[in-house]
Amino acid sequence: MPNGIAAHADPHGHAPHPALQHHFQTLDQQHEAATIGMWVFLVTEVMFFGGLLMAYLLYRVWYPEAWAEGSLDLDIALGGFNTVVLIASSLTMALAVRSAQIGAQRATVGWLLATMALGLTFLGVKVIEYSEKFALNHVPGANFVYEGPHARQVEIFFSLYFGLTGLHALHMVVGVSILSVITWMASRGRFSPEWNTPVEISGLYWHFVDIVWIFLFPLLYLVDRAHQFA
Amino acid sequence: MTTTVLPRVNYLNVRTTVASWMLTKDHKRIGVMYLVVVALAFFLGSIMAAGVRIELTTPQGDFVSADTYNRMFTMHAVFMVFFVLIPVVPAILGNFAMPLMIGAKDVAFPTLNLMSWYIFVIGFLFTVAAMVLGGVDTGWTFYTPYSSNASTSNVLLAGLGIFITGFSSILTGLNFMVTIHRMRAPGMTWFRLPLFVWAIYATSLVMILGTPVVAITLFMVVLERAFGFGIFDPRLGGDPVLFQHLFWFYSHPAVYIMILPPMGVISEVIACFSRKNVFGYSFVAFSSLAIAVFGFLVWAHHLFVSGISPYSAMIFSFLSFAVAIPSAVKTFNWTATLYKGAIWWRAPIMWVFGFLGLFLVGGLTGLFLASLGLDVHLHDTYFVVAHFHYIMVGGAIMGFFAGLHYWWPKMTGRMYSNSMAMLAALLVFVGFNLTFFPQFILGYLGMPRRYHVYPEEFQVLNVLSSAGASILAVGYTLIALYLVYSLFRGEEAGANPWLATGLEWKTESPPSPHNFPETPIVNEGAYEYSKREIKVA
Amino acid sequence: MLSGIPLFPEQASTLAPEVDNLYFFVTAVTAFFALLVVVFVVIFAIKYRDPTGERVGAPITGSIPLELGWSIIPFFISMVMFGWATVVFFNIVRAPDQTLEIYSTGKQWMWRFQHIEGQSEINELHVPIGRPVKVIFTSEDVLHALYIPVFRVKADAIPGRYSSIWFTPTRVGEYHLFCAEYCGTKHSGMIGRVVVMEPNDYQAWLSGGGGLSMQARGEQLFQQLGCASCHLPDGMGRGPSLAGKYGAQETLANGATANVDDTYIRESVLTPQMRLVAGYQPVMPTFQGQVNEEGLMSLIEYIKSLPSTGQRAAAQAAAPGPAAPGGPR
Repeated sequence: MPNGIAAHADPHGHAPHPALQHHFQTLDQQHEAATIGMWVFLVTEVMFFGGLLMAYLLYRVWYPEAWAEGSLDLDIALGGFNTVVLIASSLTMALAVRSAQIGAQRATVGWLLATMALGLTFLGVKVIEYSEKFALNHVPGANFVYEGPHARQVEIFFSLYFGLTGLHALHMVVGVSILSVITWMASRGRFSPEWNTPVEISGLYWHFVDIVWIFLFPLLYLVDRAHQFA
Repeated sequence: MTTTVLPRVNYLNVRTTVASWMLTKDHKRIGVMYLVVVALAFFLGSIMAAGVRIELTTPQGDFVSADTYNRMFTMHAVFMVFFVLIPVVPAILGNFAMPLMIGAKDVAFPTLNLMSWYIFVIGFLFTVAAMVLGGVDTGWTFYTPYSSNASTSNVLLAGLGIFITGFSSILTGLNFMVTIHRMRAPGMTWFRLPLFVWAIYATSLVMILGTPVVAITLFMVVLERAFGFGIFDPRLGGDPVLFQHLFWFYSHPAVYIMILPPMGVISEVIACFSRKNVFGYSFVAFSSLAIAVFGFLVWAHHLFVSGISPYSAMIFSFLSFAVAIPSAVKTFNWTATLYKGAIWWRAPIMWVFGFLGLFLVGGLTGLFLASLGLDVHLHDTYFVVAHFHYIMVGGAIMGFFAGLHYWWPKMTGRMYSNSMAMLAALLVFVGFNLTFFPQFILGYLGMPRRYHVYPEEFQVLNVLSSAGASILAVGYTLIALYLVYSLFRGEEAGANPWLATGLEWKTESPPSPHNFPETPIVNEGAYEYSKREIKVA
Repeated sequence: MLSGIPLFPEQASTLAPEVDNLYFFVTAVTAFFALLVVVFVVIFAIKYRDPTGERVGAPITGSIPLELGWSIIPFFISMVMFGWATVVFFNIVRAPDQTLEIYSTGKQWMWRFQHIEGQSEINELHVPIGRPVKVIFTSEDVLHALYIPVFRVKADAIPGRYSSIWFTPTRVGEYHLFCAEYCGTKHSGMIGRVVVMEPNDYQAWLSGGGGLSMQARGEQLFQQLGCASCHLPDGMGRGPSLAGKYGAQETLANGATANVDDTYIRESVLTPQMRLVAGYQPVMPTFQGQVNEEGLMSLIEYIKSLPSTGQRAAAQAAAPGPAAPGGPR
């Protein structure tokens, strides 16, 4: 039998690290698996948003005027504020990962809490924006009311606005929930310079959700602003 | 099927409580759990198919009402496509065999794997609920604006069911991909991987890139239907054809999710039972990847009569011909593998022979549909129905049965009756051809698909088709009977009943909970039959 | 008409033999390859059978020349199919210049056909033999597809868009007409017949009553809906003159250009501001809900019939007014 069977033995004879799962040989292998897994997941997320963005692209090319009209209706101040909030949250997230890597437990918890606070701020502002749209009957559907020459196409714009930002907000909610678990784990001292993969991959996710917003903000809020400020 | 009484501790008898199954993270048990749910979905889908075939024995539409008929063919397709064909090989055989084949203790993320199964079941329950509450009548393609505005059936429930199930598929693909990257045993290099693993890898790629798009597309239909959002609504200036683009961007590659893993099974079984290397290993491996990649570039060949520009139709036609080449290469390689083999006539290779014959017809008739001038006439006729059944049932399901018969002794530790299995393969092959070959003729004659009532001159061919379907039903029932029988009365299989190479055959049957007593070390290719000490043919 | 097991549909258009020849070619090529593989599999399976299961096969791992051969040869064969099929396809989708035009709308679950001369019919389509016929159609609700197997033509009917099929019938007779895109409960009841007639019979049938021609009906609508009060023929109204605009190209307010075709006219009536012609104010109201698909088709026929400024100028030998810079609004 050419395929031999060899004993797997820890070359140094140490007890395995408590975070090492039984089916992995080493922490490194476990770390790489988790990281690749998150990257692959983010690829699926890109495709997920990609479907909606494809619809956005098509209709934007077809109905540029309606897109300009709808976009001017969005509150650029609130949208801009939220963009700043999210960029700041990416910074605090990166600092949290850094703190976990050097084993600074208190700093990790602190930065994670800051990230969550910024995330919740974003969601709060989103609630304000949404409620304005509800008040103006700009939510697509039977009650949609819009005055303007391209009212029907603007309804498509708002459908995509709510689809895209709603999906993004859902990702934010999931992100904040994940971070609350990670924060709890960090506060219990589960992470160390050898093992901080959960913090790192939650960071990947968080940055991804930020980047989605960095695309959504100009695509939705800034369609025709040049005329406004010109 | 939980109680095989064997003295040794294995993954089946290590614990036998219901909770031990429901909370298991063992990839082998999860594979078996998928088998149970998929078998149920197959049963439901078959009942629907039976209703359709009974209805079509007469042209008048006198067995069920038009509404019922429309719901039957839709539910048939929804169950078969999303809950049978897509998971059948990757989720059952992939889960069970792939980690064994690469010498891993489990998949990379066992908890996620269990979660995927639960997500699958939840999606399945939604869809069953849609059926029980009156069914869906949109066809499995959910074309707008019928699905979003006109239909009065349970589109929301079924759409959500498929949306949810999509995540099971995505997460399974993710899990397999990471597993193949990071969990291979020492010495298991990429080019020593069994071809089934290559096929699973290519499939995972398609699942990861394609499934999210159909998920979001169905989500948009759900938004449109539930809240009146207008993304595809022509009354607002929306484009119903955009839905078709997005839908087929996934659903054409989904065909490759269905057929690539069975192709991998075929490579395994054909190598084992002809005792040879697979001819042109690297060509077969890379053709899987080529199919996965090209598969994303041909979606619009479903839209040749949907008003797309003739020039883009031309490009998509060209690419569709191109994607046929890697499949042809595989077929030629399998045939060449038989040359100068020592072919052991056992049940699994009979299913492979069946696969070769049917897949060949399915693949070659695809060339008719890729031909623009013919597709105008053939689009949405029974020719298309026959073509994709040859690929999906003749290819994917035959391939699944080849794999199930091949790995059954490993899964259960028991042998089934070889002669019964060969008889079943023959019955299914004959029944299948009788069912679907007449449909090619019906299609060229011009009978449109999804017709409840049809002109009388098509009756003879339809009756032949229904007669074939009843033979097919006998064949499938027979399989269920002898496999269940084997669980209780089958001979013990032993570790390697087929004298196969491959790591999965180096551990006991059924394997122990952690697969291998010790991590295997690999130092040769996957199919080194000719190096074995037994005498050469 | 047919007894026993039919294998092959009748050929009743000039396109049908073209499609069928291609079909025979593809069938022959694929049957050859299918048999080739099946014969090899059967021969190998029998010749190299080993009942013991204990022997091993020859140590063959592959052959690059063979691999290349059976990749490249099928590729070239498939390219022949591709080329031939594409030529046939362009013949199917490109109608000749001079066609007899018939308008149609599909809705759940019937086809309505409207002849320009005024005759209309439901689930029946009368056409003359030997003349290229173009059917222009749309859908009022969901997707449908107009399919006439004996002519080998088919196209989807899509709400909000115009599709067309064309054919030159070559055999007198009655043939099936199907809806081929699933459209709900009575999808299989959305069928009808095509009646191919001798030209004289067709003329007789056409003149058998049916009211106003589409052009006249379009003109009526043009007056009723008030189009005429702005779209003055001399171009001095609030909207541009429509005379001779069909088939022309217009510059739009946003700088783009548009071809004035059926789709553009339809869109201009329903969503006037979408592609506004340069030089005009966005004052035209929408006519959504006031005019149905058939009314739109009549309006298109009417606009088509308006002579161009040049023609009228030549006819009247009068000095033309200032050329209106606008389109059909």
